[in-house]
Amino acid sequence: MIEAVGLTKRYGAKTAVYNLSFQVRPGAVTGFLGPNGSGKSTTMRMILGLDEPTAGHVTVGGYPFRKLPNAPRQVGALLDAKAVHGGRSARQHLLCLAQLSGIPARRVDEVLGVVGLQNVARKRSKGFSLGMGQRLGIAAALLGDPQVLLFDEPVNGLDPEGILWVRNFMKQLAAEGRTVFVSSHLMSEMALTADHLIVIGRGQLLADMNVKDFISYNSADFARVRTPEGDPGQREKLTAALSEAGGQVLPEQDGALRVTGLPLPRISDLAHGADVRLWELSPHQASLEEAYMRMTQGAVDYRSTVDERAALQQQMSGAGAMPQGGPYGYAPGAPGQQTGFPPGTTLPGYAEPPAPPQQHAPGAPHTPGAPMPTAPPAAPATPVAPVAPATPAAPATPATPVAPPTPPAQPPAAPSAPADLTKSDTEDAR
Amino acid sequence: MTTPYQQQYQAPVPPQGPPQGGPPQMPPQAAPQAAPHQPVLSGPPSQPYAGVGPYTSPIPVRQTHLGNALASEWTKIKSVRSTIWTLSVMVALVAGIGLLVSASTSDSDYETVPTTLPGFFGTLLGQLCIVTLGVLVITSEYGTGMIRTTLTASPQRSRVLTAKALVFFTLSFTTTTLALALVAFATAGMHSGPGVQEPTSDQLLGATVGAGLYVSLLGLLSLAVGSMLRHSAGAITTMLGVVLLPAILPAFLMMSTSLRELGEKMQEYSSPQALASLFRIDESLNSGWPQLWGLAGVTAGAMIAAYVLLEKRDV
Repeated sequence: MIEAVGLTKRYGAKTAVYNLSFQVRPGAVTGFLGPNGSGKSTTMRMILGLDEPTAGHVTVGGYPFRKLPNAPRQVGALLDAKAVHGGRSARQHLLCLAQLSGIPARRVDEVLGVVGLQNVARKRSKGFSLGMGQRLGIAAALLGDPQVLLFDEPVNGLDPEGILWVRNFMKQLAAEGRTVFVSSHLMSEMALTADHLIVIGRGQLLADMNVKDFISYNSADFARVRTPEGDPGQREKLTAALSEAGGQVLPEQDGALRVTGLPLPRISDLAHGADVRLWELSPHQASLEEAYMRMTQGAVDYRSTVDERAALQQQMSGAGAMPQGGPYGYAPGAPGQQTGFPPGTTLPGYAEPPAPPQQHAPGAPHTPGAPMPTAPPAAPATPVAPVAPATPAAPATPATPVAPPTPPAQPPAAPSAPADLTKSDTEDAR
Repeated sequence: MTTPYQQQYQAPVPPQGPPQGGPPQMPPQAAPQAAPHQPVLSGPPSQPYAGVGPYTSPIPVRQTHLGNALASEWTKIKSVRSTIWTLSVMVALVAGIGLLVSASTSDSDYETVPTTLPGFFGTLLGQLCIVTLGVLVITSEYGTGMIRTTLTASPQRSRVLTAKALVFFTLSFTTTTLALALVAFATAGMHSGPGVQEPTSDQLLGATVGAGLYVSLLGLLSLAVGSMLRHSAGAITTMLGVVLLPAILPAFLMMSTSLRELGEKMQEYSSPQALASLFRIDESLNSGWPQLWGLAGVTAGAMIAAYVLLEKRDV
């Protein structure tokens, strides 16, 4: 259990982390997300007692890290894969760390085997690839068989096999009852690995919640509805019926309809009532990446811009040098935006992020003894909730890949109601 | 984009599963009634995701002590090449030059000076190796980032510095003293006769243990400076200044009458002069031990500053 209370760190005039309070609980993989420079590594260093907080405190298992009786036996950490003396062999590196905390030398060979470095154990770590360095760092974190594990970007540089291994390994560690705290930039990876998310931006807490809830709070879940082609009348009829029932309907490029604010069964009922046949009725829930982008777009410090190559263009001075009107006339982003929604459309789903926590709760009783899906209400009550609705103010930002059209067959998770569907699925999975 | 999502959708499920079957005291039927309160009562903050208690390692956890840190630092210092290189160069310089001098001198050269003299020339150069090693022992950790790994493995920072200092000092003292003893005894063996001045036990002690201590203390001072500056090149340059400036500056200071006394004192306590005294290179020089204690005082001060900074600063 890691517990931070009012954690603040200032470097001169720059505030790296401000008033950060969170808990990382055992038995789950907790993802730690944030844009570059948002204070993730600083927070990790403060947890490990390497940096002293300017204000607030952080404890691991109830103790400040530097007061732990035998820290490596309680907390294992991978901060930086290259934080190794390159001239020392992998085995010697681990051996000196083991000796420091009184861990028997044979444990070194054990962890070398766990991370698969036994064949290069006697090679200098200078020659290691980034992926091998990560493995060595993970081995060092595992040395003390600790209860709490911190990993800063553990999959950087790993091959696909290694990524899969780390993913399953983290889950396994969490399933054993350990506290696993992982930071990463790879959203797809986080979505697969983490159970819980702590998101920070500019050093402040943006979200502290279950992955699933994070996605539904920070993205517009919608249903895709398609009526038979070549019969616009049906489409009109359905649009009218859905709007009347309180749903927001937006046309999509391919002729389908994007419906927000209505659960799938209700859409089906309405269509039936209006005597409209449906060719498609599919739920869409945004990916973690989309949700993350939406949440953090206001907190990104380092944003890339289009390379205009202005200086070079002047040198060329030829009128026809850029026939396409711009260096990236067919930039990959451009067509993608158009497929989404007609320009200038405000997306109602974004303006009102769905599902205030209370609406989720009623769905809960159907899941006996599983407090998890219903639980997050506790989290949004914290400063998190206000942040989420605030982000939709910027749907005009065109560069963000907001909810692109999705293929069908997404698991159901429309804003409020499909709680039931969600549940049945979860139960199947069990 | 879809594939990861779909998998993600199920990912959180397994960890959530156990609590469902976990608490048998709450039958499924009871849950619906209890549920409206449940989110408030037992949200995720209080309930672990997995149905297992916090993990406890089967390997017993025990208190660590300085011995662990010493073992670790010994592993560290012997497993990098810079140690091997600097120490071998030091031994080569001290013993090589010493034996060369010894071989190229005749018995008559030792009528006024003791036979421990040849060790002096090599030590003048060899001390720079020890200075370099002393700096590298700590700054290489800062340079590579290893220090963060080390201090995560042992948050007792002072203990780490103590272990480093002890291991380094013992190693450099042993090596230097052995090299000097080799030179001293070889010279005594090569040059003997009626006119040759046999070294008194006092002189012998100064030329071996004394000089070894002096050089190792200089190394320890380098380690302290390295710990404070946390930068290899900066710390080595600083230490070169500490070693060389007191030997060079007095020449200028003594030009002015008012600074003459300061210049003389500085010269007396400069590293070459202190070593010269320890080797009794000249009758007029003192035993060299005052300079040794002076250096010990400076080193102790630097170490205290290093401890304070290490405890206080962010790594």
